[in-house]
Amino acid sequence: MTPTLALFWAFSAVAVGSALLCITRKSPVASALWLVVTLFQIAALFVILDAQFIAVLQVIVYAGAIMVLFLFVIMLLNLGRAGPSDIKGPVGLAVATLLAGAVGLQLFILVRASPSHDLILPAGTLAGAEQTQGMVGLVARPLFGEYLVPFEITSVLLLAAIVGAVVLAKRQL
Amino acid sequence: MILLGPALFVSALIFTLGVAGVLIRRNAIVIFMCVELMLNAVNLTFVALAQSLGIGGQIFVFFVMAVAAAEAAVGLAIVLAVYRHRATLNLQRINLLKG
Amino acid sequence: MLARVWLVPALPLAGALVNGALALSGRPNKRLVSVVGVGVLAAAFAVAVALVAQLAVSHPAAPLVFHYWSWMPVGQLQVEYALQLDALSGVMLLIVTGVSTLIHLYSVGYMHEDAGYARYFAELNLFVFFMLNLVLGASFPVMFVGWEGVGLCSYLLIGFWYNEKINADAGLKAFVVNRIGDFGFLVAMFLIFQYTGSLNFTDVFAKAPTVFTSGDRTITAITLFLFLGCAGKSAQIPLYVWLPDAMQGPTPVSALIHAATMVTAGVYLVARCSALYALSPVGSAVVAGIGALTALFAATIGLKQWDIKKVLAYSTISQLGYMFLGVGTGAYAAGIFHLTTHAFFKALLFLGAGSVIHAMHGAYHATGAHEDPQDMRNMGGLRASLPWTCALMWIATLAIAGVPPFSGFFSKDEILGAAFARGHTEPLWYLFWALGLAAALCTAFYMTRLMLYTFHGPNRTGERERAHLHESPWIMTGPLVVLGALSALGGALNLPALLGGGARLEAWLSLPPAPELASGTEWSLLGLAVIVAALGMVGAWRLLPLDRLVPARLAPPERGIGRLLWKKYYVDEIYAAVIVRPLVWFSRTVLWRVIDQGIIDGVGVTGIARVSQALGWIGSQLQTGQVGFYVVLFVCGVVLVLGAAGH
Repeated sequence: MTPTLALFWAFSAVAVGSALLCITRKSPVASALWLVVTLFQIAALFVILDAQFIAVLQVIVYAGAIMVLFLFVIMLLNLGRAGPSDIKGPVGLAVATLLAGAVGLQLFILVRASPSHDLILPAGTLAGAEQTQGMVGLVARPLFGEYLVPFEITSVLLLAAIVGAVVLAKRQL
Repeated sequence: MILLGPALFVSALIFTLGVAGVLIRRNAIVIFMCVELMLNAVNLTFVALAQSLGIGGQIFVFFVMAVAAAEAAVGLAIVLAVYRHRATLNLQRINLLKG
Repeated sequence: MLARVWLVPALPLAGALVNGALALSGRPNKRLVSVVGVGVLAAAFAVAVALVAQLAVSHPAAPLVFHYWSWMPVGQLQVEYALQLDALSGVMLLIVTGVSTLIHLYSVGYMHEDAGYARYFAELNLFVFFMLNLVLGASFPVMFVGWEGVGLCSYLLIGFWYNEKINADAGLKAFVVNRIGDFGFLVAMFLIFQYTGSLNFTDVFAKAPTVFTSGDRTITAITLFLFLGCAGKSAQIPLYVWLPDAMQGPTPVSALIHAATMVTAGVYLVARCSALYALSPVGSAVVAGIGALTALFAATIGLKQWDIKKVLAYSTISQLGYMFLGVGTGAYAAGIFHLTTHAFFKALLFLGAGSVIHAMHGAYHATGAHEDPQDMRNMGGLRASLPWTCALMWIATLAIAGVPPFSGFFSKDEILGAAFARGHTEPLWYLFWALGLAAALCTAFYMTRLMLYTFHGPNRTGERERAHLHESPWIMTGPLVVLGALSALGGALNLPALLGGGARLEAWLSLPPAPELASGTEWSLLGLAVIVAALGMVGAWRLLPLDRLVPARLAPPERGIGRLLWKKYYVDEIYAAVIVRPLVWFSRTVLWRVIDQGIIDGVGVTGIARVSQALGWIGSQLQTGQVGFYVVLFVCGVVLVLGAAGH
């Protein structure tokens, strides 16, 4: 057990634990905050997996913007306190357990498969590339090169989202 | 360090928790948060695979995050509009599409 | 010339189409219809005479078959439209076209006042077309087309005045009863094809002796099924019941279809299939037996009928029985000979009766009375008003009774002689001969009765009507004269060797020979026949209460045996109770209510609709409008997809 691996499992454990807590809290604010914790853990995992830039993005964008937005809306709707429990009754729980269990089981079986050998790159490629190009350059070059069109489309998407959100949230159009 | 197997395992676990959350909650915002949980699990998968298969995985995470942001914005606006209309976020009471 | 045999059926077909078009046009020119209708038949007769003359001269060894087009080439089954010209079809050709021409001519006068004049001639021409197909066909299917076609035209013509239900019912009865026979014909065709691999006459009859062993079950079955068809078409027991009802049609139709041509189709069929019947003793015995039985049975019914056409109808059934006795005994030529002579004298009798009815009808119409113009109790003493008709009908009566030297004597005697001869080796035939002789006695009796009641004795028509009774115009009496001559002299066609003749028809037909008699026996039988005929005629003259008859509406009801005969042994009533009513009940209750309405409509049609509805209801139950429920379904789908992916 190398230190990296130990850290990996530690962060994973916290992530899973906080995810569990997120889905079972009665108060929406509590759920949101536990989700933030989960996001941080995942960011840590990103770092361990040599995706440092993505980790930072995760913290800034996901935890910093999206979750804040969630909390704003929760506060706006005055849902802060724990109201009557909104978890489903025994029948719903049974169905949920069954289905989630099925999904989980299938996923666990599926992830045992590994990609075919001719696709796998040699062990240190990513780390090595990081040394030469830098973390940002590593992501930026393909983004503005190969994946330029999806990039531009995403910007249009964000514009649409802004307009849509403003229109939808207005009291009077 | 290449941690493909364990990372995928964790990702599957978190995804399952997200599915379970969507299925057992009735509050619209909490359901939305569980969806975000699922998206994050997928992001973890992409990043784990990027180590073995190339930088494309990380690029995709980039896009997933952008879309998640857009989706969160619009989705929460919808939630606001629904709350104004029906004064409740309990999805079991919002069934105007009953056929 | 011989290859132009197709002209003979084509001419009446053309006539039918032209007259049909004229009938549909609304206001047809009666003169044009008459010219076309009679003209095509006269032309067809002329061609037929030319063909038979050439056939007589060239005397081919085998039948001449002319192929026109390939109709149903299906694997091993090769059915073509082909016509066959040989001695037998030549004889039938002459009879059909000749007698038809005379009857068409007669119809011009008889049907002149009728509104459906063009339709009548169209249907009559069409009938002749189909009949010619029947006799000229070179294979069973072509013959069957003619067989069915004449049945159709018979239906159309019996129900010619279809506005009265009784006429329409009669037509329907004829058609339905014939269908039962046709089923037999079809089954026989299937069996013939299965065993010989062909349906052409030349092939089948050539292969028959090798494919079938004499007396075994298949050939017996085939001959019996064929005879079922004959029993339907030629009105033998048990399918004769349609023919008396068919008298509802116009009298020339009765003369042509139900006396001279269509009903003889069955006899023609047996003669044509002589090769098959020669191989089946049981089949031949059944044919002869039923023929003999029918001859006597129908003759007894004829003794007590009052309607002049019904007497003639039962007479026809009886005479057809004689023909079947002939061909069943193996005397094929004798059967065809009697067919020929019968065509002459029966057509004459019917047309004469038509003249009588025409006169009676005209008289009642003039005075406004509503009596039955066909009931003999309303007639009497018509010899004064219709002398020509009377004289000519007497010639026919003498012929049918079997008085020498008229034609019927020779033909009937040949049949009875053959039956007696066969009795020497198979005693059963003595019974058939006895039945035939008894029927001859009855025939002489009822025919004389008919003539006496109609033309002799006091007139019962009524004072005022009597003045209006008159002879028919020459266009109607002319054909009667021709037929009278043929009935009188027709015996010359086949004078037996015994009496110095050359038996020319028998030689011409070259069918299997009839059983032979010693000349001494033959002379005694001839004498016996003459005695029986005389007995019948004199008996009628002496025993019938000619002076004590009263008009129909005053007549007392029949009693005892007379009633049984008058009611035709209640056969129609028995059929109605035993066959018709159960079938109708079964159709209405089981087939219609249970199966059609209940199962097919209820379970099938409505059931499918209900299943659809149920599925729709299930579908609508899924549309709860609840997002949570939809998500559950969504995740189920995901599970399925992942399962598929993993697999």
